[in-house]
Amino acid sequence: MAGIPHDHYEPKSGFEKWLAHRLPVVSLLYDTLFIPTPKNLNWMWIWGIVLAFCLVLQIATGIVLAMHYTPQVDLAFASVEHIMRDVNGGYMLRYLHGNGASLFFLAVYLHIFRGLYYGSYKSPREVTWIIGMLIYLLMMATGFMGYVLPWGQMSFWGATVITGLFGAIPGIGEPIQTLLLGGPAVDNATLNRFFSLHYLLPFVLAGLVIVHIWAFHTTGNNNPAGVEVRRTSKAEADRDTLPFWPYFVIKDLFALTVVLIVFFAIVGFMPNYLGDPDNYIQANPMSTPPHIVPEWYFLPFYAILRAFTGDVWVVQLVQFVTFGIVDAKFFGVLAMFGAIGVMALVPWLDTSSVRSGKYRPMFKWWFALLCFDFVVLTWVGSQVPTEFTSWISLLAATYWFAYFLIILPLLGVIERPLPQPATIEDDFKAHYPSAPAE
Amino acid sequence: MIRKLTLTALAALALSLGTVQAQEEHEVHIEDFAFSFEGPFGSYDRNQLQRGLQVYTEVCSTCHGLKFVPIRALSDEGGPEIPEDQVRAYAAAFAVLDEEANPQLYDTEKDAYRALLPSDHFPLNNSQGAPDLSMMAKARKGFSGPMGLGINQIFKGIGGPEYIASLLTGYSGESKEEAGNTFYANRTFSTGWIRMPAPLTDGQVTFADGSPNDVVSMSKDVAAFLMWTAEPKLMQRKESGLLAVLFLVLLSVLLYLTNKRLWAPHKGKASHPAE
Repeated sequence: MAGIPHDHYEPKSGFEKWLAHRLPVVSLLYDTLFIPTPKNLNWMWIWGIVLAFCLVLQIATGIVLAMHYTPQVDLAFASVEHIMRDVNGGYMLRYLHGNGASLFFLAVYLHIFRGLYYGSYKSPREVTWIIGMLIYLLMMATGFMGYVLPWGQMSFWGATVITGLFGAIPGIGEPIQTLLLGGPAVDNATLNRFFSLHYLLPFVLAGLVIVHIWAFHTTGNNNPAGVEVRRTSKAEADRDTLPFWPYFVIKDLFALTVVLIVFFAIVGFMPNYLGDPDNYIQANPMSTPPHIVPEWYFLPFYAILRAFTGDVWVVQLVQFVTFGIVDAKFFGVLAMFGAIGVMALVPWLDTSSVRSGKYRPMFKWWFALLCFDFVVLTWVGSQVPTEFTSWISLLAATYWFAYFLIILPLLGVIERPLPQPATIEDDFKAHYPSAPAE
Repeated sequence: MIRKLTLTALAALALSLGTVQAQEEHEVHIEDFAFSFEGPFGSYDRNQLQRGLQVYTEVCSTCHGLKFVPIRALSDEGGPEIPEDQVRAYAAAFAVLDEEANPQLYDTEKDAYRALLPSDHFPLNNSQGAPDLSMMAKARKGFSGPMGLGINQIFKGIGGPEYIASLLTGYSGESKEEAGNTFYANRTFSTGWIRMPAPLTDGQVTFADGSPNDVVSMSKDVAAFLMWTAEPKLMQRKESGLLAVLFLVLLSVLLYLTNKRLWAPHKGKASHPAE
């Protein structure tokens, strides 16, 4: 792998040399495991390991669950109860899988916001960022389809609402919706294709994760100081970095166990806390639940979807300008996907040359407000719409777009950054004054 | 600017709370009953589950089924733990009130409905249009506040059994006729008016061990039983959870110490304070 100068694997024995000439797999593993890693990484750099763990956990539990699950509208709900009651350890597998999705999304949000604060998206890491956004989109698709499989009330009505969004696209919307559903409404065909895709997509995710890791192993990790590892010589690089094994593996595993203590406490003691009670009622197309809410991890974007109603003047203006092609419903859909779109484009929207938010005095406050905004959007997405919650969601959704489209481009021009450390070694020394020169 | 925005947001949050409450025509009342299975170390009270089963059998089963619950589970560990021979006798004596809904019980050779076996599930009962109760204790939530955040569920539990017990004790005695149906006033039901007449009266069921059989006690017993039908592996789950948490605490301590020692020379800290 290109990038930071470091030791490479030297095949020693005859077999190693024989294999290295034919398939340099040991070399690849060596370079990946011993990659020089900035030694000043803080505790926000542990979410990658948590995410890798989640993907493995979801695939492992999911494969066993699929052995006992039946994707058929009359049998799906009962087969989940069969897992809960009759399959050995089935209740644990299912609760791990369901709550595993929540941990997955919690970790991905913290991972994304870490990247947003420390400027991990900036040159030369744009490709890593874009791949990450694709992973996030795919995670949402996978999570949504997985939630439909137990065939409870919220599964059914959630699927109806979300696939209905695609129907809002003018012209091509209805064919897309029919293709997604496999018919005119959510039914057996929908359940079957969602099951098939829910099994397939995690493996696509795993592939993208490898590309994500490949990309940032090429550029090297970002770090809290936002300055690059010195690459002129191996000696200099060594003063900025430590090998991934054992230093970061042990650190990350420690953090992972702490996260898992909380996770297993939830799975063991309150596994239904994050779920909706309505999903313990079998899907019934004849009875709509009074309040359809997605799982918590979709709420921020669900709030943005609902924020732009026909009463908002921007929506009315757009509707007028586009001769009604973009109506309120389609506007909401565009806003929801646009909210993720502007996040994906942040490498080109942020005009500041300073990478880390630590050295950006104005940015810090706007970023803190963005975090608060995200929490507010999550909360407001779960509420029954009233005049006041509509107003809050509009305000919060507007800030989301303003942050990426107005504030970030402007800050790069008007903000005067604080002095940054010259090297990672300096930054590390500032934390640990007695650290020896290496 | 930020301060102003924050203040506006806070004010709006406070106001919205008021509107949400005002919007509901009928305030649902859920009593926070105490159950033995609450909290990380709580477990089912076997005697209470057996009493609840008796209440279900003698009262609720007239209209409500338990189609997801196998009768054999009554003798499983962590449940009512009824001896197997008694479970066999219980199954054989169970009255199937809605034969049409249970075609699997029809014996074509004898041209008659056969008696239940422990391997059968509790029969379906659609005769009165009453909902199945297998998962009722997980299909209703009790406590969702404050501000819809659901934080109080951490302390009070999700609230399904509380909902059931509250509903059974929530009748005021009023009733009204509407479109040919009678509705009974109930402070726990979502609309305030429920089709089901108050099912329990004081002293209706007699327990062999002389346990109290007032409406409140029976309601709690049957609510506990329905929590078991909804979550039969609750005790095994909590045991596994506790084991996992204890193991992870130990592992995290070891990893913490490993990590500290590993990094110490690079941070300029002594790795062996004693040396």
